[in-house]
Amino acid sequence: MAGRAQPVTPWPGIGAASLVAALILGTLATVALRAETGGGFNPADWAALRFTLVQATLSALFSAALAVPVARALARRRFPGRRALIALLGAPFILPIIVAILGLLQVFGRAGWISDLLGTVGLPPIQIYGLHGVVLAHVFFNLPLATRLILQGWQEIPAERFRLAAQLGCGGMAMFRLIELPMLRRILPGVLAVVFAICLTSFAVALTLGGGPRATTIELAIYQAFTYDFNLGRAALLSAVQLALTTFAALAALKFSRGDGFGAGLNRAIRRWDGGTPVLDTLWILAATAFLLLPLASVVISGVLGVFEMPILVFQAALTSILVAVASTAILLLLALPMATAIATGRTGIVELSGILGLAASPLVIGTGLFVLIRPLANPTDLALPVTALVNAVMALPFALRILVPAARDTVDRHGRLALSLNMNNHTFFTRILLPRLRPQIGFAAGLTAALSMGDLGVIALFADARIATLPLQIYRLMGAYQMQAAAGGALLLLILSMGAFWILDRGGRWHAEA
Amino acid sequence: MKHLAIAAGILAATSAVAADKPQLTVYTYDSFVSDWGPGPKVEEAFEAECDCDLNLVGVEDGAALLSRLRLEGKNTDADIVLGLDTNLITAAKETGLFAPHSVTADYTLPVDWTDTVFVPYDWGYFAFVHNADLPAPANFRALADSDTKIIIQDPRSSTPGLGLLLWVKAAYGEDAPAIWADLADNIVTVTKGWSEAYGLFLEGEADMVLSYTTSPAYHVIAEEDASKAAAAFDEGHYMQVEVAAKLANSEQSELADQFLTFMVSDKFQQIIPTTNWMYPAVTPSSGLPEGFDTLVTPQKSLLFDQETAASVRDQALSEWLGALSQ
Amino acid sequence: MLKLDDCTIANGDFLLRADFQIMSGASVAIIGPSGAGKSTLLETIAGFRDLSNGQISWNGQTLTPLSPGERPLAMLFQDGNLFPHLDAAQNVALGLRPNGRLSDADRQQVEAALCRVGLPEMGARKPAELSGGQQSRVALARILVQKRDILLLDEPFAALGPALKAEMLDLVADLVAETRTTLLMVSHDPRDAHRITGQTVLVADQIAHPPAATAQLFENPPPALRDYLG
Repeated sequence: MAGRAQPVTPWPGIGAASLVAALILGTLATVALRAETGGGFNPADWAALRFTLVQATLSALFSAALAVPVARALARRRFPGRRALIALLGAPFILPIIVAILGLLQVFGRAGWISDLLGTVGLPPIQIYGLHGVVLAHVFFNLPLATRLILQGWQEIPAERFRLAAQLGCGGMAMFRLIELPMLRRILPGVLAVVFAICLTSFAVALTLGGGPRATTIELAIYQAFTYDFNLGRAALLSAVQLALTTFAALAALKFSRGDGFGAGLNRAIRRWDGGTPVLDTLWILAATAFLLLPLASVVISGVLGVFEMPILVFQAALTSILVAVASTAILLLLALPMATAIATGRTGIVELSGILGLAASPLVIGTGLFVLIRPLANPTDLALPVTALVNAVMALPFALRILVPAARDTVDRHGRLALSLNMNNHTFFTRILLPRLRPQIGFAAGLTAALSMGDLGVIALFADARIATLPLQIYRLMGAYQMQAAAGGALLLLILSMGAFWILDRGGRWHAEA
Repeated sequence: MKHLAIAAGILAATSAVAADKPQLTVYTYDSFVSDWGPGPKVEEAFEAECDCDLNLVGVEDGAALLSRLRLEGKNTDADIVLGLDTNLITAAKETGLFAPHSVTADYTLPVDWTDTVFVPYDWGYFAFVHNADLPAPANFRALADSDTKIIIQDPRSSTPGLGLLLWVKAAYGEDAPAIWADLADNIVTVTKGWSEAYGLFLEGEADMVLSYTTSPAYHVIAEEDASKAAAAFDEGHYMQVEVAAKLANSEQSELADQFLTFMVSDKFQQIIPTTNWMYPAVTPSSGLPEGFDTLVTPQKSLLFDQETAASVRDQALSEWLGALSQ
Repeated sequence: MLKLDDCTIANGDFLLRADFQIMSGASVAIIGPSGAGKSTLLETIAGFRDLSNGQISWNGQTLTPLSPGERPLAMLFQDGNLFPHLDAAQNVALGLRPNGRLSDADRQQVEAALCRVGLPEMGARKPAELSGGQQSRVALARILVQKRDILLLDEPFAALGPALKAEMLDLVADLVAETRTTLLMVSHDPRDAHRITGQTVLVADQIAHPPAATAQLFENPPPALRDYLG
């Protein structure tokens, strides 16, 4: 599309992307420069790299493969509570890791609900610990995200296409090949890359579910380099490896996901012809719901008992977390909207790449790098909350871009020429056309970011002092003080706040939104 | 943009510090400063007598504390570092950042304390905690031979995890790899930190969890629940001694000395048992709180001296990795 | 006078040459086989594509360096001529003030334009609430308020039925006559060319031929047009 006039300038987006890249690479360089000893790869690191690649690849494949039928079922079925279910399915993604681990094992663990059930009929408990456990946990975290992204792909197929296929007498399989497969070819590489990148930085989940040091990931090696060995060179090197792997995955995804969209439909609600078999769809929806909601149910059940033991401090921390989430969401939108716009006008490579780097950046490296950078200028503790909000926004950026870009691209393609011929300036196109057209996607992205930011420990632990605590940090502190029940209450509060933030923003985006 | 600036301003605004009083900055681990830890009471008690402002800064844990200090080097804001343990002392001394202390105290540690730089403030024994009705194994060999399932922490990311590593090494020396190999099928899983492990244990994922002999005291005192017990191992229990020291570059040297002396006094020591759930380094004149008398007392205390701990650490880690990565 | 001076349009392997002029106020049909480059020619005049050689000028002023919106022309596309999230009045108003800040006079002008195309009182409706013909009328109302010298139509009424299309073309003919606008319209239907245009540009064999009188052209078609008409 180079050389073609565009209704909106990519430069703010390129600027935002440069800022993000500077943050991620700059903090990495800062850590590397502080290293006194060089970092080499030792045999244990190679083992960690191997395990990391295997688990991330498997996790990505399983998450995506299972998300396809679930998304397809959700796209085709209409039932009461469907929207609420879709929102709720996103919950695993936003839980603090430690809460999610406890919830997951409450269901799938040796003494979990399923094992108990098996026990009543004389069967041995399920063996959850091992590579399959790691993959199961990562699917638990990422299936909702993959489902949402793929579901969006389905919803972007104009219903006319299905009508055309139905008119041509296409059966289920033929319709899949003709319409759905090309869509999946476009969407799936991106989904795989995102899940792969998320799983690359897994640490506590992989170790706990993996059952021991066999399940050592690169992120654990980075942590070890920081705290156990204090070898900053090795930490920087390992983090660079993570970034390189993610870059590679992102480039591969970009290469494979090229393809044409479906063009514009007339946006009229028409009867769907992609009927399929209701029974199978229902089964998929029920299975996914059970898989994702049972651990959440356990979080809720443990939490209800703890709610009354929560000290007032938990509520103060909740207020802080809300503030951080609001700031984080604002920062995210300031970065993601120009970046999505730039990508939509054809500047894919560099902007998309720096967008996805946020996933692979080790929070420990970003946090440490920022700490070293900030310290000569200000007391890092004073900036604990702004820095946490910023880092959370950068971590959420890849998700936001995946949500915003298809719609932004569609809007620019569809309305760009008209805007140009009307001599609409960049700013007007952005505010009067792009933003209103993207409202549902903006709501979704903002909701996801707010929820993620609420639940993520982020870098607060590196910066905070006793007076500042976000809700996740306070939950960790409660656990560290043996107060598991109060911590469970805090986790429930966090779950409610995160889901509430997501629901309000996602809903706000759709409110009175035109087709 | 304007709204964002306001939000950032609100976020940045932390409680203002009284500027006129001298300020003593103490770096410690996060659970010390948390509202359920000793921090708030210690701050109150010390500020009552020092006419100063005690500023407690929490870092994730002891190992991260040392990393933070190495990162900041001579420019550190810390006057005192509180929360390292004996396994970290050698590495801490190598930084050359610490100054000798002048504290004398009548320590009630099971070992002699002669270190000239680091002052101990509490200690404990690592132990496996289990439900009181479980017939607990009497040592590692019995544990390995039994079907008892345990959850432990990773020595690379957790202080108790490292403690267990050194415990087995101290008790079994060259036989440690064989013990680990035999224990492999008892280990349900290895967690990043203590909280995950203890949480999973309370959920019933394992029969025993690596913690401290003092853990049951929490359940007895805070929850009036006597259902938890620590297993006494006859090869002895490895100790953790937690220490503090003064930074050589501190601009509040006298105040720092005053804090270290305060730290081994009754006022500080009587806070420790029911907030940090450890034994005080100097038993306060009021004695230990009720409930501590119900705890198991190991027949033998194991502790590598600082230099040995630092030198066997990496060897023990690779043995552990080798045995459990099969 | 719209002048295409020794123009070459290149797009990959595709090549189109044009060297002709169109008098102010003329109505010209652009006709030719599918894929010959009719839309490409229009898009190039509109400024959506760059020339690889030559100059386009209007009344002696070169258009080549101007962006689409700066050129003295308005264009209707095959689809997507209205923004679906804006109501009819807002869509029309974009022709006056793209940023949407309207004075009372602007508002009256928008209302008058909607009346002129036969849609009084319809200003508050969103495109989805209008029929296809009504959507076309809204787009034409916008063209009216834009007051550009040249109107380019890239088959915007192709989706309408024959009667409705004829009605729209008649409306276009009336409007361009009233406003003395120069009209260039792509068509694949000779009847459209007959209906409202006096001249026709034939695009075939990589050349956009100079305009010829429509009636004569169809009476005595050159070989390329004969092939197309069949």
